[in-house]
Amino acid sequence: MIGWMGKRKPLFLFGMLALLLAGCGKENLTAFEPKGYGAESSMNLIILSIIIMAFVLAIVLLVYVITLVRFRKKKGQENFIPKQVEGNKTLETVWTVIPIILVLILAVPTVVATFDLADKSEAQDGINVEVTGNQYWWHFNYQGDEVQTSQDLYIPTGERVYLNMKSSDVIHSFWVPSISGKMDVNPENVNTMYLEAHEEGVYWGKCAELCGPSHSLMDFKVIAVSPEEYDQWISDMQSVDPEANPEDAVAQDGKALFEEKSCVACHAIGSSPNATGPNLTNFGDRTKIAGYLEPTEENLVKWITDPESVKPGNKMTGNYPDVSEEEAEQIAAYLLQLSPSDITTESAGN
Amino acid sequence: MSIAAAQNKGFLAAVWDYLTTVDHKKIAKLYLFAGGFFFLLGGLEALFIRIQLISPENDFLTAGLYNEMITMHGTTMIFLAAMPLLLGLMNAIMPLQIGARDVAFPFLNSLGFWLFLFGGVLLNCSWFLGGAPDAGWTSYAPLSIQSPGHGVDFYIMGLQISGAGTLIGGINFLVTIVTMRAPGMTYMRMPLFSWTTFVTSVLILFAFPALTVGLFLLMFDRMFGAAFFDVTLGGNAVIWQHLFWIFGHPEVYILILPAFGIFSDIISTFSKKRLFGYTAMVFATILIAFLGFMVWAHHMFTVGLGPVANAIFAIATMAIAVPTGIKIFNWLGTMWGGSITINSAMLWTLAFIPSFTIGGMTGVMLASAVADYQYHDTYFVVAHFHYVIVGGVVFGILAGLHYWWPKIFGKILNETLGKLSFWLFFIGFHLTFFIQHFLGLMGMPRRYWVFLKDQGLDTGNLVSTIGAFLMGVGGLIFVINIIYTSVKGEKAPADPWDGRSLEWAIPSPPPFYNFKQTPLIRGLDPLWIEKTEGKGKITPAEPLGDIHMPDASILPFIMSFGFFIAGFGFIYQVDHKGWLAAIFVGMGTALICMLIRSLKDYHGFHIHKEELEREAD
Repeated sequence: MIGWMGKRKPLFLFGMLALLLAGCGKENLTAFEPKGYGAESSMNLIILSIIIMAFVLAIVLLVYVITLVRFRKKKGQENFIPKQVEGNKTLETVWTVIPIILVLILAVPTVVATFDLADKSEAQDGINVEVTGNQYWWHFNYQGDEVQTSQDLYIPTGERVYLNMKSSDVIHSFWVPSISGKMDVNPENVNTMYLEAHEEGVYWGKCAELCGPSHSLMDFKVIAVSPEEYDQWISDMQSVDPEANPEDAVAQDGKALFEEKSCVACHAIGSSPNATGPNLTNFGDRTKIAGYLEPTEENLVKWITDPESVKPGNKMTGNYPDVSEEEAEQIAAYLLQLSPSDITTESAGN
Repeated sequence: MSIAAAQNKGFLAAVWDYLTTVDHKKIAKLYLFAGGFFFLLGGLEALFIRIQLISPENDFLTAGLYNEMITMHGTTMIFLAAMPLLLGLMNAIMPLQIGARDVAFPFLNSLGFWLFLFGGVLLNCSWFLGGAPDAGWTSYAPLSIQSPGHGVDFYIMGLQISGAGTLIGGINFLVTIVTMRAPGMTYMRMPLFSWTTFVTSVLILFAFPALTVGLFLLMFDRMFGAAFFDVTLGGNAVIWQHLFWIFGHPEVYILILPAFGIFSDIISTFSKKRLFGYTAMVFATILIAFLGFMVWAHHMFTVGLGPVANAIFAIATMAIAVPTGIKIFNWLGTMWGGSITINSAMLWTLAFIPSFTIGGMTGVMLASAVADYQYHDTYFVVAHFHYVIVGGVVFGILAGLHYWWPKIFGKILNETLGKLSFWLFFIGFHLTFFIQHFLGLMGMPRRYWVFLKDQGLDTGNLVSTIGAFLMGVGGLIFVINIIYTSVKGEKAPADPWDGRSLEWAIPSPPPFYNFKQTPLIRGLDPLWIEKTEGKGKITPAEPLGDIHMPDASILPFIMSFGFFIAGFGFIYQVDHKGWLAAIFVGMGTALICMLIRSLKDYHGFHIHKEELEREAD
């Protein structure tokens, strides 16, 4: 019989550590519970490096404590002069060589993973989404499918979705901790990364590069659904009629106001590529308003009437005529009924 | 001027004395005072940040003001607090350690200080003139270009002026160490603090020009319509990041290496042992400095430089762990077998070892590029660099202050208050920053003005804020200690700690000419050698003779003030061309000072042999 836990011991410790860290944070936000390929790849290296470094720290602390206990000046030793040692070749070699080996143990998998995550060889056949970072919202254009949306990114599980990212203003950084590490969104070049979610779910995304006053409110969602549901969502989005009249009378007034108050100048409904503001095609299915508020009519009215109080420094403030409370309610009624697809966050098991 | 004239003066005369001084010890005090002031200011900004983050969706600060707060906290702490405090200690101690009477260029030394001070004051004027810079201490383009108002302009001009001061200081120390070591003080006999001052100065010499260039380009973009970083006009924003980090990463070592030197001297003194592996320590310092220039892109793993660049910079970064590890073990080796005294200076040093080791650990973790995709720009990074900069640099400065306070000010800091402030600050520090490692991976990016409700981030942030206040109280008690000591502290003897290096061989505080006779150095730890093998006193290398001293001068102050005025001119000429006049007046003032300095002969003065003989030993 092999000793405690036998050969599986390292694996067990590995698992314990992962379990311990998994207790940290909110599910579908924390990087400690990876639900996608990139996040797993990062987490493996995080755990490997913690183990190596904890080993080093333990040795340092051990020597440190022993030194302090044994060699602290004691009563009656006031005149004791210790031996003046110049050094010790063997010891110094040991503590040079061992760290080199430890670093190599971490370096090799790091290099492998770095190249692995940068692999774009299958991008051409895969799903490609053009991602645009804006102060302070995200735009998603499903390349080849003529589908556009903002803030909520729908992806199928088990498939690599390639994101071709560029910024329209300052640098942003696209981060969905549960699915993948982050990548910067620069104004001058297209950066490509991929998302591969293992499980269905609604994952929280954040901007990770300081981009102005509302940097901390530039949240978005990645909604991972089954491949069938994803296909359904794409076809639903493609068949949207942007001119469709709402059934509800209040919403009909809202639609008229949407044009009258020049909302339509910036916000597209349907797949217009030229809109400068967030696309509102499936606004009624959005998980949040302005990226972080609950999708209630009350919040939407507040967002429309006083955007500055919701997102300081946003580009909507002052770019449309005054909207009264009542008018805002009508616009809200119109926007909240925009729900072209049955595939929503509920399909992602949320 | 004679020795007698240097004493017994009125208040105004004392102010004039400090405005015109070229004495490295007085300039050191100016650096320590100004750096200490900015440290308290930066600390206050940190507390505002932590109050804002005490609870989710808090509205203590507005979003814009919060961004100004984080920008100024970082910029102030790095450029206006940590570096000047270290430059102060270097100024005070390094010439004494190598047996010199002053630095190589006393006039430039003074100029370096006043440039730093006026640069720092200019930067902080922004608070009262429409708002501080708000693009982060890294000031990434294009955010820094689009930032409205003049905040970022103050950042550019303030740092440009104070950066010039630092560069001058670095060159000065370099020349001092190369040319002014006492007879017998070979390079391999220099105390580690002098060694790290030397290596740090080399880093300053090569790193600061990259910042200067970056700031110039940014200045032309913002003030003169250029488009170096403007993508829409064919510029490139990522270049700013390269320039900034080619400076910024060595900057980290500019801060930490002198701290390493301080710890090396303190550990050796209070263990009563020669530094273990001295040669390895010196070469590890040089190696860290060299590698420090090869790793800047590890701040840019997520920029999209591609897997080749990321892999190379990942490995280069990990390599730095090796010489750093050598240092940690050599410090432990020095203490091993020694007779360790634990007082305030040693407490800060002992606290440094585990704290900095944790910072180093997370440093290696960050070096793993793919893991960094998760850490980058989150509170994990915030935790990491505070472990390195507070746990390394700030602990180092505080250790150095307790250790050299008697030498610089002639009084010993109060031990009880010293220990109290240490424990509060130390506990507060770990409380504040340890939990931030977890906050980062739990999904909290850095520079977040608010964090949202129900994201599991509340407890961690609350703990962090409580810790920050403990640090604040600890810092306050240190200030009280300084005041208490200056009023009631006991007078320090020349050698209060049974020291080993040369600075302990002369009175506390030293006379303004430092060494009556240039000392003769017989080995590493010269004073220790004389205590154990010689006659207990340093042997002079020359007979008593006249000492030549440099003249005091107000020119550095006026020159720096000229640049300060010109700074406002550059900033406001964007609004109204009338401000161009300020540029001409300011630059003109500086140029006239340079002209006077170049054309007028400064003979200095001599302290005569007879006067020196009258001075008691």
